[in-house]
Amino acid sequence: MQEQNIKSGSFKTVISSEHHLFDLHIRETFQYRDLIFLFVKRDFNAKYKQTILGPLWAIIQPLLTTVVFTVIFGNLAKLTTADVPEEHIMPGFLFYMAGNICWSYFSSTLQATSDTFIVNRFTMGKVYYPRLAAPISTAFSNLISYGIQLAMFMAFWMISFFKDGADISVTPAMALLPLLVVQMMMLAVGFGIIISSVTTKYRDLAMLVGFGLQLWHYGCPVAYGLQLVPEKWMSLYMLNPMSSIITTFRYAAFGFGYFNLGYYLISWGVTLLVFFTGLVMFSRIERTFMDTI
Amino acid sequence: MDDIILKIENVSKIYKLGQIGGTTLREEFQRWGAKMRGKEDPTRKIGAVQYSKGETFLALDNVSFEVKKGERVGIIGHNGAGKSTLLKLISRITAPSTGMIGLNGRIASMLEVGTGFHRELTGRENIYMNGAILGMTKKEIDSKIEDIIEFSELRQFIDTPVKRYSSGMYVKLAFSVAAHLDSEIMIMDEVLAVGDMAFQKKCLDKMNEVSRTRGNTILYVSHNMSTIRELCDRVIVLEHGKVTFNGGVEEGIETYLKASFQNELAIDYTNIPREKHRWTSKLKTAYTAFADEKNIFDAHEQLRILIKWVNEEDVSDLCLRIEFRTQDERTIGTSFLYDFYSGKKDEQGEICVSLDLGSFAPGRYRTKYTFFNKGAHGRIFDAEVVQGLSFRVMSDGEIQWDSKHWGNILLPELRQSSPEGDRT
Repeated sequence: MQEQNIKSGSFKTVISSEHHLFDLHIRETFQYRDLIFLFVKRDFNAKYKQTILGPLWAIIQPLLTTVVFTVIFGNLAKLTTADVPEEHIMPGFLFYMAGNICWSYFSSTLQATSDTFIVNRFTMGKVYYPRLAAPISTAFSNLISYGIQLAMFMAFWMISFFKDGADISVTPAMALLPLLVVQMMMLAVGFGIIISSVTTKYRDLAMLVGFGLQLWHYGCPVAYGLQLVPEKWMSLYMLNPMSSIITTFRYAAFGFGYFNLGYYLISWGVTLLVFFTGLVMFSRIERTFMDTI
Repeated sequence: MDDIILKIENVSKIYKLGQIGGTTLREEFQRWGAKMRGKEDPTRKIGAVQYSKGETFLALDNVSFEVKKGERVGIIGHNGAGKSTLLKLISRITAPSTGMIGLNGRIASMLEVGTGFHRELTGRENIYMNGAILGMTKKEIDSKIEDIIEFSELRQFIDTPVKRYSSGMYVKLAFSVAAHLDSEIMIMDEVLAVGDMAFQKKCLDKMNEVSRTRGNTILYVSHNMSTIRELCDRVIVLEHGKVTFNGGVEEGIETYLKASFQNELAIDYTNIPREKHRWTSKLKTAYTAFADEKNIFDAHEQLRILIKWVNEEDVSDLCLRIEFRTQDERTIGTSFLYDFYSGKKDEQGEICVSLDLGSFAPGRYRTKYTFFNKGAHGRIFDAEVVQGLSFRVMSDGEIQWDSKHWGNILLPELRQSSPEGDRT
């Protein structure tokens, strides 16, 4: 009779030794949105406390990288900045900046979420809150920096649009931009929580993250245009969801370039697969990670 | 039955021994390679007991109990009895190995105060942060923030980053948030062990009031019997992961105290799992024993204790102090030995100390050994702390000692003296 008491649903919360694969605590995480908001605020404030330039630092880094790329890859190495055979003038500076801000959001979010359990072990070991709140808030606080960078990008976009005679134009494809941001978030958080789940036991993977991201960077059309990729490798190259995201981002922002619906849908498939694999692994590990960390 | 707010049913928690924690893939391979060649595991800590793979430690063994709404339950037991594990399971920090826990209502656990405080944020921001981590919504905190600030006595510093706070202020702020939580179930693990006495009292009163007026349920873990008496109306005693008593406060405390007089003549520390501390200990106590192989002494006898340890790193000018405590954990006095040992890493040390028991009143005593180093300006740095042996001092039969009124120290005998002073 007592046995039925817990199982019969007379308790709101049941903590059991059994775990269902799809117990993802999504609803509970949503209930803690105030906490997520505070985490985001804390991260943002703590990041720029005692700096003079404050959030301006968010644009200095991609701006300088873009300048360097423009000078080195565009002028010296003469790498193509076109994703399709050229019929429009592609403004090199904007081209590199588009790639840089997307990549920097993706890589910084992935890196920051990949050690969720290790970084938060002191609070997580003392009190319960939905563990997913931590990587989600990281993704959102990076989104603030990304937003600042996007504003800078838009400023340069306007300058080119009105002054330079570049061919960029506003097209309906621009509506894809918010969707791309959501996709990047899911992809970065997905990879991040997969890695953080695995690293509770083996810390080795944490060492690989920085290095792996650097290699991955070369595999994305950040510093060069898609034209540089040989046709026979194209389908393999586009399996990398970030390739699709970055080229589609440029297509949406400039109104011309490369867009392949098939590859774009594949990148969404990969993103969703990674994200849900991450959620399942994360919710499995979060139950007992304090015993092994 | 709907007034049962917490139900624990056949809950066990098993910890794997041997290879707990942050192993790297390389160590795993080394371990595996060594095993293939039949050699000793190279990653094993020297002096540690070797557990074969799959060997486990049962921290909680089939525990079941219920708590009704509004009850204030004290959980007592020795170190390693499973109290903290139980609280961790209830507060969902880790999952049980078998069994189920049912909860009705929100839980606020305070396994340590000030969880989630960030040094760069101001006191006010940290109140929001801490409150949210403990499960309050922003609206709830908004409605309480004035009370919290008032309670903390820190109004003038509330918009200063907490990194500029003294440690006392920090604790006060953290307590204030904790004391204003009003979740249906509050879990506390000796949170009141720090902070100044007056403020502790204030917090206890506040929690008492909250639980009485709002009917909140409190689970309280402590070694301090007087707070248990003050705060709780039921006690659960845990012993080696099992519930050995569940009922009235006085009866429970008595059961616990009786059980806590261990008749051990020696303790082998290598088998006792340690709580993780933030600081690293310089050495690990391995073994202690009564040199005379008995634990009951007459007042005119000497207490002689043997202690063995292993150095975790180089140590020099090691000092030892032994704190003597009564059964209800009040320290009655401390005895020191200075600069008795220096040694290299991985060496084993051993010492036998003796103490006249003449000033101990008859009764039962516990000990706590602390190895430490002296620093400049009389400061000391603790290197290792362990619970030591317990012993009993026999009455000489002349009078029945009343420790409740007389204390536990037998001061030097009064002498008859002439009003002009002694001239001896």
